[in-house]
Amino acid sequence: MEASRRYIGARVKRKEDPRFITGRGRYVDDIQMPGMLYAAFLRASYAHAKIKSIDVSRAERIPGVVGVFTGDYFKGKVAPLMTAWALTGADLKPIKWPVVAYDKVRFTGDIVAVVVAEDPYVAYDALEAIDVEYEPLPVVVNVEEAVKPGSPQLHDEAPGNVAFTWRLVGGESFDEVSRKAGRTTSFRLVNHRLIPSAMETRGAVALYNRWTGELTLWVTSQNPHVHRLIVSSVLGIPEHRLRVIAPDVGGGFGSKIPVYPGEVIVSRLAMDLGRPIKWVETRRENFIGTHHGRDHVQYVDVAFTEKGEVLGIRVRALANMGAYLTTAAPGVPTILFGTMLSGPYKIKSVDVEVRGVLTNTTPVDAYRGAGRPEATYLLERAMDIVARELGMDPAVVRRRNLIEKAPYTAVTGLIYDSGSYLEVFEKALAMAGYDEWREIQAKARAEGRLIGIGISSYIEMCGLAPSRIARATGFGMGLWESVTLRVHPTGKVTVLTGSHPHGQGEETSFAMIVADELGIPIEDVDVVHGDTSQTPFGMGTYGSRTLPVGGGAVALAARRIKDKARKIAAALLEAREEDITFSGGKFYVVGHPEKSITFQDIALAAYTADKLPPGLEPGLEAVVFYDPENFTFPYGTHVCVVEIDRETFKPKILRYVAVDDAGVIVNPLLAEGQVHGGVIQGLAQALYEYAVYDESGNLLSAGFNDYMIPTAVDVPNVESYFVETPSPHNPLGAKGIGETGTIASTPAIVNAVLDALAHLGVKHIDMPLTPYRIWLALKEKGVI
Amino acid sequence: MSSSTTNSNLVRITVKVNGVTYTHEIPARMLLVHYIRDVLGLTGTHVGCDTSNCGACTVILNGRSVKSCTLFAFMADGGEIVTIEGIGGDGKLHPLQEAFWDNHALQCGFCTPGMIMSLYDFLGRNPKPTEEEVRRAIEGNLCRCTGYVNIVKAALQAAERMRR
Repeated sequence: MEASRRYIGARVKRKEDPRFITGRGRYVDDIQMPGMLYAAFLRASYAHAKIKSIDVSRAERIPGVVGVFTGDYFKGKVAPLMTAWALTGADLKPIKWPVVAYDKVRFTGDIVAVVVAEDPYVAYDALEAIDVEYEPLPVVVNVEEAVKPGSPQLHDEAPGNVAFTWRLVGGESFDEVSRKAGRTTSFRLVNHRLIPSAMETRGAVALYNRWTGELTLWVTSQNPHVHRLIVSSVLGIPEHRLRVIAPDVGGGFGSKIPVYPGEVIVSRLAMDLGRPIKWVETRRENFIGTHHGRDHVQYVDVAFTEKGEVLGIRVRALANMGAYLTTAAPGVPTILFGTMLSGPYKIKSVDVEVRGVLTNTTPVDAYRGAGRPEATYLLERAMDIVARELGMDPAVVRRRNLIEKAPYTAVTGLIYDSGSYLEVFEKALAMAGYDEWREIQAKARAEGRLIGIGISSYIEMCGLAPSRIARATGFGMGLWESVTLRVHPTGKVTVLTGSHPHGQGEETSFAMIVADELGIPIEDVDVVHGDTSQTPFGMGTYGSRTLPVGGGAVALAARRIKDKARKIAAALLEAREEDITFSGGKFYVVGHPEKSITFQDIALAAYTADKLPPGLEPGLEAVVFYDPENFTFPYGTHVCVVEIDRETFKPKILRYVAVDDAGVIVNPLLAEGQVHGGVIQGLAQALYEYAVYDESGNLLSAGFNDYMIPTAVDVPNVESYFVETPSPHNPLGAKGIGETGTIASTPAIVNAVLDALAHLGVKHIDMPLTPYRIWLALKEKGVI
Repeated sequence: MSSSTTNSNLVRITVKVNGVTYTHEIPARMLLVHYIRDVLGLTGTHVGCDTSNCGACTVILNGRSVKSCTLFAFMADGGEIVTIEGIGGDGKLHPLQEAFWDNHALQCGFCTPGMIMSLYDFLGRNPKPTEEEVRRAIEGNLCRCTGYVNIVKAALQAAERMRR
């Protein structure tokens, strides 16, 4: 980065905001076209059943209904969906998901019929007129039940409902370290199921031009090129004849990564019917049909010394995968979980085995943090449990175990990039006033009040990912990111990125990077994303990868532009290239400050092309595919203080402090926003949200009345601070900030609540820590 | 949506939306949010649920904020509606819009119009709110991105600017 940077590090207001605050954003549901038809899906009435017959005749006779299509129509025409993360060495079973069920339904989100009508109201009327005869089958929703002999079987391909078994052993053996350590403790943790609930539900509009053979699909996607590749392949159409556009996307949190049946169905029917078709999920459909997150049962053994040094972690986990394996699903509870199990600690042994288990529930895939929150929750609970068993302060136990400085090679094989883990930990404790709160807590306890302090130190693997590593784990593609940086003759710049931000703000942060690199005003840079006909093939936005990987590509492209510009400047200024310096948007000849040329003049010269040095092509454009050499590792410590009401047992957060080292912070305004939102999403898991199934496989929490997304009155203010240690693994030094909040906050809050109850003998309560569960735990201890 | 093919009864309504008077024959069962979005083409008002929980569809009807997914369009007959497209004006932003922009009070932008319209109503009635009152005022509007931190900040700042 040149010394003359003006934007990076500044609180720059977002370029994308004017359209959103005036109601001029353009989301999938805002698309209207002449002759457009509307699709609605009939979902299964049972979580597990054979389809005996479907009678669509009543539905077909409703005026305005264009057609009703069942599984038999799609079978053979459209290939079933399969996962793209085929997990190496894990005996992964080939689970197939037909886009419309034809023989069997395996969860209540399975689609059994599709109505296409002139009007959406009519389409929904017609769903009610479809008669399906089922033969119900026994249902299993719980992972511990699903792996028992004699349990209902979902797929013939996966005996015992085990879709894969993945193992990682790092460092010394667990038995060896537990002998050295002297003490062990064991516990069972449930990391319960969550529902991503982006405010915009998923949807798609498909338009087919049979004379050009081009199919255009507007879809709520975090990764339009991935959608293009998979949708074209299951439809059996040439990839270059499918144009996928993800317009403004109203939040994703992972739920808009996978390719789902919906977008494939409307694409196929738009081709067959010759008219544009729109489908947008109802909120209830979103709850049932769009993937869920988390849902692990973990059996944990911890080896530790009398001094509080944690030497080994052994985990046997059952990950509920739901009824099918979706696009990225197998990698989430394995690669993104198991490799993180030594966390920011000097743990010497990690032994983890995860079984991916199929149940009659909505498929589970990446949800904000994806695997890393499950690992962090486990470790941070372990730290507190060890502290409790030794009668030590949880801060002291963490201090004994934290890695002081990176680079550091963890026992899981990961090479952490940069940072001072212990220093950031001490900073967070100081900023939160940890010692003072301990004093307040002691006084409060004497008065019968319940105050608790919770700490969570985390590290996460971000900047996904070096392609050689992604491929070695069985991922279907490389995980680089792309950009075309196009300088126009007037020196204005269009950045065509393969990332697809949907709230993260890269229309601003990428423009800041380019503006600093080229010394031009941010107004001169526009960022285009989300349209496969405009941008190079890109891997999309998820896993906090957009800034480190996508932004890395942007920085490299801008530097490549500058290199060419320097050559042109040398020719125009009649100097040697090595005598040209660049500052403030101008190229100078060293020692001759009067001899200069602006970036804009160089851009024009690149296109007039008559004065270019010999051998240099006209134009000023760079295409970069940046494949990171290593991951980035944001880390930090969060501290939470809660007070539990003695009458209502409702925890109230008195203070929440987040100190994160996400490397170079390009735009603090945006980075803080990511921390705020992330922390509250993690808090929601700790205190409120819980996906509940009944024994028949009905999702009982299938709407905002029953699934508690926190409102403004349910959450505290969040204090966000940054420490900036540049990552050497990345051209910008940025590590990624999208998921840190979610990863860190859940255990910080749970630890705080349990700390408030510790002196009453309560050791653990599974999440969410609702007033009822807190009351129940106290009642069991006989203290109320 | 083409209303002509709907198999329910048609009703004639006249409404003033953002200062313009419209008369349309629409199906009796058409929801107000679909009238605003699909008939009038004002797509700034969003549908985030259909159970009155999320508030993405919030508009002002006869001076008070309503969730337009929970009203039939005919119920607005003779009424006056303001949507996100109708505040500010003359190419200028409303102080709420400005404060949302200045404070990074939006990320994906989907809840933003409803959030702003709820606050537009609220600040009209309570020009000097406390933080607690702001939080209660937007309790009916869900946001999944911001954790509400900057929305609350923006609302308090907008209130201050509007008082000046």
